[in-house]
Amino acid sequence: MEPERHPMDDLLREDRLPHIWCSGCGIGTAVTCFISALLKSGLDLDKVAVVSGIGCTGRVAGYIKLDSFHTTHGRAIAFATGLKLANPELKVVIFSGDGDLIAIGGNHFIHAARRNIDMTVICVNNFNYGMTGGQVGPTTPVGARTTTSPYGCFEHPFNIPYLAAASGAVYVARWTMLHVRRLERSIGEALAKRGFSLVEVIAPCPTNYGRRQRRRTGLDSLKYYHQKGVIKHGANPRDVDIDLDGEIIEGVFVDIEKPTFSDFCQEGLSRAMGNRGP
Amino acid sequence: MSRRGALSGEFFMMGDIACAEGAISAGCRFFAGYPITPATEVAERMSRRMPEVGGTYIQMEDELASMAAVLGASWGGVKAMTATSGPGFSLMMENLGLGIMTETPCVLVNVQRAGPSTGLPTLAGQGDMMQARWGTHGLYEIIALAPSSPQELFDLTIRAFNLSEKYRLPVLVMTDAEVGHMTEKVVIPPPEEIELYPRRLATVPPEEYLPFKPDEDLVPPMVNFGQGYRIHATGLTHDERGYPDTADDSAQWPLIQRLIDKIRLNKHDIIQLEEDGLEDAEVVVCSYGIAARTALWPMELARKEGIKVGLLRLITVWPFPEERVRELAGKVKAFVVPELNWGQIALEVERCAAGRAEVILVPHPGGGVHKPERVLEAIRKAARR
Ligand code: SF4
Repeated sequence: MEPERHPMDDLLREDRLPHIWCSGCGIGTAVTCFISALLKSGLDLDKVAVVSGIGCTGRVAGYIKLDSFHTTHGRAIAFATGLKLANPELKVVIFSGDGDLIAIGGNHFIHAARRNIDMTVICVNNFNYGMTGGQVGPTTPVGARTTTSPYGCFEHPFNIPYLAAASGAVYVARWTMLHVRRLERSIGEALAKRGFSLVEVIAPCPTNYGRRQRRRTGLDSLKYYHQKGVIKHGANPRDVDIDLDGEIIEGVFVDIEKPTFSDFCQEGLSRAMGNRGP
Repeated sequence: MSRRGALSGEFFMMGDIACAEGAISAGCRFFAGYPITPATEVAERMSRRMPEVGGTYIQMEDELASMAAVLGASWGGVKAMTATSGPGFSLMMENLGLGIMTETPCVLVNVQRAGPSTGLPTLAGQGDMMQARWGTHGLYEIIALAPSSPQELFDLTIRAFNLSEKYRLPVLVMTDAEVGHMTEKVVIPPPEEIELYPRRLATVPPEEYLPFKPDEDLVPPMVNFGQGYRIHATGLTHDERGYPDTADDSAQWPLIQRLIDKIRLNKHDIIQLEEDGLEDAEVVVCSYGIAARTALWPMELARKEGIKVGLLRLITVWPFPEERVRELAGKVKAFVVPELNWGQIALEVERCAAGRAEVILVPHPGGGVHKPERVLEAIRKAARR
């Protein structure tokens, strides 16, 4: 008898398991939601590429059994831009963390959104640099203690949905990892969208972030999301800041249509070049 | 000339433009860049020409992104290039390393200006030659070509693409502001006369394919994303499956050894030199790029004075032609090395001469070219040994 297979096995590199993530980490759940969304999407999986940067979430590309690339720190979106433009048939998904995408890769994030490059960005936000041991990051709430903010974080954090929306993203959603069905549905919507789509996943990093905020386990974080999560579809992204102990506003904040970079290229070039093109 | 495809014919052309046209003739269909003097004309030309040949031009937000996008495009199955100068070259070092580690064919052109830092943006330098060799962290071999004329910028850009596909790595075209901005006759052969090295794609089915398992020449056949092979590539040390293997040095050994050997063991194929009058030379002028070109006149003057001086022009600078320099060191009195820096390639010549012939550097801080008298004086000095 054939051993029973998990329905997601085909999309995971089984020969690389077990993965490196800690127990209680939220990244695995984000991957599960992504794979479910992918399986339901009807996309030709041979034409889906996953690109990651560096960090705990940056390891996602290495576990998913699709064409996948693990780039340098912060450059996933820039690499993905070249990949997508070179082969427009591909559905390109960037799966990475908040430090990778919003700090060192922040410039690429806003410019890809501005150009409206057709790509889906899944950003796992755990408010710190997990892989290197829990340092302060661009999303760490004011006051949060980390290994490099031992007296509390003194910096204003980025509000990722606001940043994405202001830069031009056509689809922006945020879910905590507790809301798996809604998260999966949003990832599906993002995949179906033409243009720059962003799904922010608020996820626990019990090992490095949670325990310094008195949430020692993944479950503590889930309870916290349960208490503080407030679903507000259509909320103005400027109003969805996350404080140290405040509510976490979730939902789909932006869902609009606008021409992509490639649309403009095609239109503009056929107008400018007439029959001069190839 | 056809407006649609690659050009052919005789042109009066600027070096930077010849570089762009060389890329197009080589089949480059993706350019990502960021404006920087004196390389901007390459980008401008590509922005006009890419759409005409069915390619893509994109101006990225910086040089970090430009190099990353070029790697992405290459994995998307398209020949890709970027062009920059000193400060941008520094930023590109990051993803140059990723390109080496993931064995990504592409071309990076550096139209060198004088540095460090912002330096002399509009004036030539050759101060990035060691950066080209060692600029990204870690250990590796690299290929760098040094054109001396607009014609060579055309020819060597094509060669750079061919070498990058053949050996699967980013290849550097190390030119400079003088050559890049020089306008001269450039002959572009008809497309069918230009030899191109096509991407060596895997021929085995996905279930048998190991993305980093090399052929006999140490280079693994490639697949492009979207071909259905579902491969993984990473900047981490990896095994033949492309999977990270970082617990100890067991994957690092064979990987690094291979990345180095695929260049070192194929040196004979990669190294290209121009030699003139070396048969009976007592003095060898060893130089490259614009500095080799400006050495021709003082060499002629020296010959009129009866000095037996020959030329060893490095068309390929990296890998360095160690064997040839060693061989010459046993026969000649001295090497004279003019370069627009304070001694970079001269160090390599010294290393290979190993005391058997003197090495006289003719330095220049960049911002101009060598005055002929300085090179002539060095040749005379060398001949007096
Ligand atoms: S360090 Fe944090 S983010 Fe990284 S795997 Fe562990 S729990 Fe997850």
